[in-house]
Amino acid sequence: MKKVRALVITGFGINCEEEMAAAYTLAGAEAVIVHLNDILVDGFSIHDFDVLNFPGGFSFGDDIASGRVLANKIRFKKLPSGLTFIDEIKKFIKAGKFVFGVCNGFQVLVKLGLLPDLSGEIKQEVTLTRNDSSKFEDRWCYCKRADNVKTPFLKDIDIIYLPVRHGEGKLMIADDNVQKKILDNNLAVLSYCDSTGKITDKYPLNPNGSEMSIAGLTDTTGQVFGLMPHPEAFLTLYNHPDWGRLRRENPSIPEDGEGLKIFKNIITHIASQERKDEVS
Amino acid sequence: MKNNVSMVHIVPRNAGCDSDGKRVQHQILKHLGIESGSVRSSKLFLIDYPITEDELKNYAEKCLHDPVVNSIYCNALNSPGQYKSFISVAKMPGVTDDEGTSAQKTLADFLGRQIDTNTQHIFVQDVYFFEKEMDKNSLKRIAADLLGNKLINHFEYGKPSDFKQYVPAVDVVVDNRVENIDIFIDDDKLLKLSRDMVLSMDIEELRAIQDYYRDEKVLNKREKSGLPSIPTDCELEILAQTWSEHCKHKEFAAKITYTNKVTGETKEIDSLFKTYIKGSTEKIRENLKKNANDWLLKVFNDNAGVVELNKKDTFIWKVETHNSPSAIDPYGGAITGILGNNRDPLCTGIGGGRLLFNTNVLCFGDPYYEGELIDTQLHPRRIFEGVVKGIEDGGNKSGIPTVNGSIIFDERYAGKPLVYCGTAGIIPREYKGRNAWEKHIDKGDRIIMAGGRVGKDGIHGATFSSTELNEFSPSSAVQIGSPITQKLLADFLERATERGLIKCSTDNGAGGLSSSIGELATISNGAIVDLENVPLKYSGLKPWEVFLSESQERMSLVVEPRYIKEVFNLAEEMEVELTDIGEFSSDGDLVIRYDGKTIASLDLDFLHDGVPRKHMNAQWDGVDVNEPTIPEIDDYNMVLKKLLSSLNICSKEWVIRQYDHEVKGKSVLKPLMGDGNSPQDAAVVRTSFDSFEGVAVSNGIIPRYGDIDAYQMSAGSFDEAVRQIISAGGELPNLEKSNGIFWTVNDNFCVPDSLYDPVNNPDGKVKLAKLVQMCEALYDMSTFFDIPMTSGKDSMKNDFKGGGKKISVPPTILYSMAAKIKDVRRCVSSNFKAADDLVYVLGETYDELGGSEFYRIYNELGANVPVVRPELAKKLYTAVSQANRESLIESSHDISDGGLAVCLAECCFGTAFGVNASIDSIASAGRNAALFGESHSRFVVSVAPENRERFEEHFGKRAFLLGNVTGNGKFTLSENGACLIDSSVSDLLASWKSTLEIME
Repeated sequence: MKKVRALVITGFGINCEEEMAAAYTLAGAEAVIVHLNDILVDGFSIHDFDVLNFPGGFSFGDDIASGRVLANKIRFKKLPSGLTFIDEIKKFIKAGKFVFGVCNGFQVLVKLGLLPDLSGEIKQEVTLTRNDSSKFEDRWCYCKRADNVKTPFLKDIDIIYLPVRHGEGKLMIADDNVQKKILDNNLAVLSYCDSTGKITDKYPLNPNGSEMSIAGLTDTTGQVFGLMPHPEAFLTLYNHPDWGRLRRENPSIPEDGEGLKIFKNIITHIASQERKDEVS
Repeated sequence: MKNNVSMVHIVPRNAGCDSDGKRVQHQILKHLGIESGSVRSSKLFLIDYPITEDELKNYAEKCLHDPVVNSIYCNALNSPGQYKSFISVAKMPGVTDDEGTSAQKTLADFLGRQIDTNTQHIFVQDVYFFEKEMDKNSLKRIAADLLGNKLINHFEYGKPSDFKQYVPAVDVVVDNRVENIDIFIDDDKLLKLSRDMVLSMDIEELRAIQDYYRDEKVLNKREKSGLPSIPTDCELEILAQTWSEHCKHKEFAAKITYTNKVTGETKEIDSLFKTYIKGSTEKIRENLKKNANDWLLKVFNDNAGVVELNKKDTFIWKVETHNSPSAIDPYGGAITGILGNNRDPLCTGIGGGRLLFNTNVLCFGDPYYEGELIDTQLHPRRIFEGVVKGIEDGGNKSGIPTVNGSIIFDERYAGKPLVYCGTAGIIPREYKGRNAWEKHIDKGDRIIMAGGRVGKDGIHGATFSSTELNEFSPSSAVQIGSPITQKLLADFLERATERGLIKCSTDNGAGGLSSSIGELATISNGAIVDLENVPLKYSGLKPWEVFLSESQERMSLVVEPRYIKEVFNLAEEMEVELTDIGEFSSDGDLVIRYDGKTIASLDLDFLHDGVPRKHMNAQWDGVDVNEPTIPEIDDYNMVLKKLLSSLNICSKEWVIRQYDHEVKGKSVLKPLMGDGNSPQDAAVVRTSFDSFEGVAVSNGIIPRYGDIDAYQMSAGSFDEAVRQIISAGGELPNLEKSNGIFWTVNDNFCVPDSLYDPVNNPDGKVKLAKLVQMCEALYDMSTFFDIPMTSGKDSMKNDFKGGGKKISVPPTILYSMAAKIKDVRRCVSSNFKAADDLVYVLGETYDELGGSEFYRIYNELGANVPVVRPELAKKLYTAVSQANRESLIESSHDISDGGLAVCLAECCFGTAFGVNASIDSIASAGRNAALFGESHSRFVVSVAPENRERFEEHFGKRAFLLGNVTGNGKFTLSENGACLIDSSVSDLLASWKSTLEIME
């Protein structure tokens, strides 16, 4: 069987590309890291891949607003083909493929309008802005998965514990209408919660003051998924801040980190789709 | 000042979208005591580029506007009626404006036009509106003391209707003349010349330069090159930079006569560096070789030390200080400090290392200080906040985790703070068959400048940091780093080196091109630079200024002519500016040309070895210290809480969480573990995703002990760093044959002026004596443990002068250690793991309260400073490592500031557990010493009940049973059955966390 192929974008201040690629490799896919200019200038094609990834970082130093300058580049910069990168991403999604953004990557997808994209016109409907605390914070948070979500990324996940590391992670929604549609379509797939899974807006459990405590969103197809916490930073048990106690309590605890599950999910899903295609 | 540029004003739609406004309002009231009423923050983009009204509107709406949270206004300042005052904070001409540059890049993408992004067309400023009408004086204070720094910012303030547009265009008169300087004048005039030109040279050095310009051979050569017989300004500036204390370490190279009046001993020391630092590493290298431990690859003679990590990779480790700039512009000083230090591992050997982590150790005055400040002195709180923000941006925006650090508070750091920045990197052993850690250069290789353009920033940084600070310190010493520029540069260098295109590289730091090319030229024995090719941020720099400028985010690359085209193509693709500025030669001279005319030519031997050696005197008279009588204590709970909330012990969570300490996904022991409240000793990170190999990193710094005994202060700091790594699961080096366990250390000395002067520095000899003693301890400890210094730095003039007063730092040494961990899965964290585990102290407790935090709360110093007993320490550390191989230890925390009681409390933090313990087994040291003494080389460990027998047999008399972990969250500590401390862990945790929480 052919390996699932993951493309990881880097350059211009993106800086979580290595762990993102490692996550896919550990989960059994083939991962390729590509500099954004290889796409924008040299015409590297994304269409040989199954899942397109925008990792975390500080693209363009969070100037103007986080993710904004990179989103502008994707939207406006002309590729050698005369199209823009966003045109290519549209084609990519239309072909049934997947797009994943973490932290700064999530910010880029939101500012581009790929998330939640209720209108289908790729225009910005929500934003990720300055934390209520007005500062960058690195801390671990519990996230609860919503019921009836469409995206394969979160299959069989109920509560997941992950680090957040951002200064602009507060999700704000343009208006009540957008909020209603997000709820109606179950697009707010991950929310900050306490250790028992109870969703809360209490700081620091909700680290940034996000509306409805939203930590992650999908689009209406479930193919585009973004979240502020970093699953690629929890690939092994030894990333967990309390791994010593956990291992003491359960000496046979698996060495995989909880974050790896998200990558395994998408790979399994893509592989099973391909098998279906082969059968049909 | 320019007018009629386009303007876009971006304002948060409402208060709910304006957390910055809320923060500013809160801080104005809290720190300045001014009622500003509600605050609205906003951003103003000034666009000095020809675009039409329509283009501007489209650009603003589609590229700058966030429709969810912002309103935008084109060519108008929006000032809602309810706001009665405003302050705008702009950058001064020539100050880095990254956000403006990013806005330009976006404009270029949007319009589909090539816009020169290397010069500034868009300027960004912050504009704040205030509900209350405030007088000019209050607004000025808010501007200069909170929102910006007058050295780098231009402020406008007043009523919103008075708003004036300020465009920080650089307007410098072009003056590229080269002056010839007559140095054959009398001594007084010569010294005045040195001061006026900020050369920071003494009379001996100036005379050595006179001698050079009298030398017949030199004069003949100069005539042939068309140079005058007297020096050009460029030559004098190059000599001053190269000979600066910052670059040549003249005091560490000096001959010292050391007299110890207490022992009657007198000795001559032929260079502290050669004798103690290099001397110890050479001895250790011999010891290592005997055991076939050949991991020391490169020490002292490059930007950073290099050791072997495994058969594939090497490990690079460098720690620098950036004290002087941080005193006058804390944010700029710290961010250039960390970014500058990042370039050292990036540019070691061939270059292109991948950075693995940062560390930072900071020394500040009391952030709650309420007394008067002298002249230009900034409040310690401002320095603290600014430095932390600088480290945050420098590390976070570069994607390098800040994994470990320490903060020391002492009023003597209120003038000059100490800002230590560390960076580790990994570089493959070889690129295309060449050893990556080596530097080779041949005649004909090209000199390529890479990265940011050159402006007047940081001219005289090297000479400036070599003098004490005073009210006339030049503002050009201030620079702001640009993480994004450096990130692009680092990404480029990684690719270029992998492809074998770069022969070697070095960082342009202090001294700029003068320093980097001056040093590289020694490899091929010559270089010729054509200065007119150096790209400038703006015109108006004199040639020598171009050569000396410390504009940041630059490197000098050495490229063979055959690879030039490929290197330039790659750089263009990755948006890095490269410029060919000359070539290496082999005739022994550093030659600088401008528009084809030679403006400087210096013999490299003279440039690097011509500086006269200093002779200094050190004298130790002993110190008059006594043990105090501490009043009877009836409430030990209170004492423990006081200790936990003292500045040097309290939780640093406020700082730690602002640093990304996990990016790269390799962290194993983080600064805070458990539920997020458990402080750790060393940090541990994996070195790749392919194995569980890792590196532990720690810091040792205990300056207050130096008030009693500088030798024990230095030895204790060394031990502190070692025991932290042992505690976390590390192993001492060289105990077995070729086991590959490397240790690599940076020593960073920061001392006050130690050059005796009867008027200006009457206690200079004593300070120098302390420095000698610190070096002696370094030698003794490192050679005893076979733990080598591989790189380091000294900073010799940490004094702040103003208004007739002087604040000098205490002599301070930081040991920054990194050691290989074979399997990170065996690492041990400090927090308790399970109820009923037994709790022990490993190592002996003595009556050693001298210099302790306990005495400090009684305003006492004491005399019995903790003494390091290396033999006992080594045996214990070896035993701990063996126990860890057998998984006998569940948790381990080294005992340091605040002693056993604080250590035990910290072992409970971040867990659901408590502890029930007694000090009976160590009470012979005395109750206070047992509870709060800081005797070295000790650990608090917990042990599973089923391992009790094996554990006690293994450690024998070195283990002292205290009690056990409990599941009830209570902290009880007793003596002879009588309870001394009885508190809930949550109360202790609250005391520990409260101190810096209220910083905000």
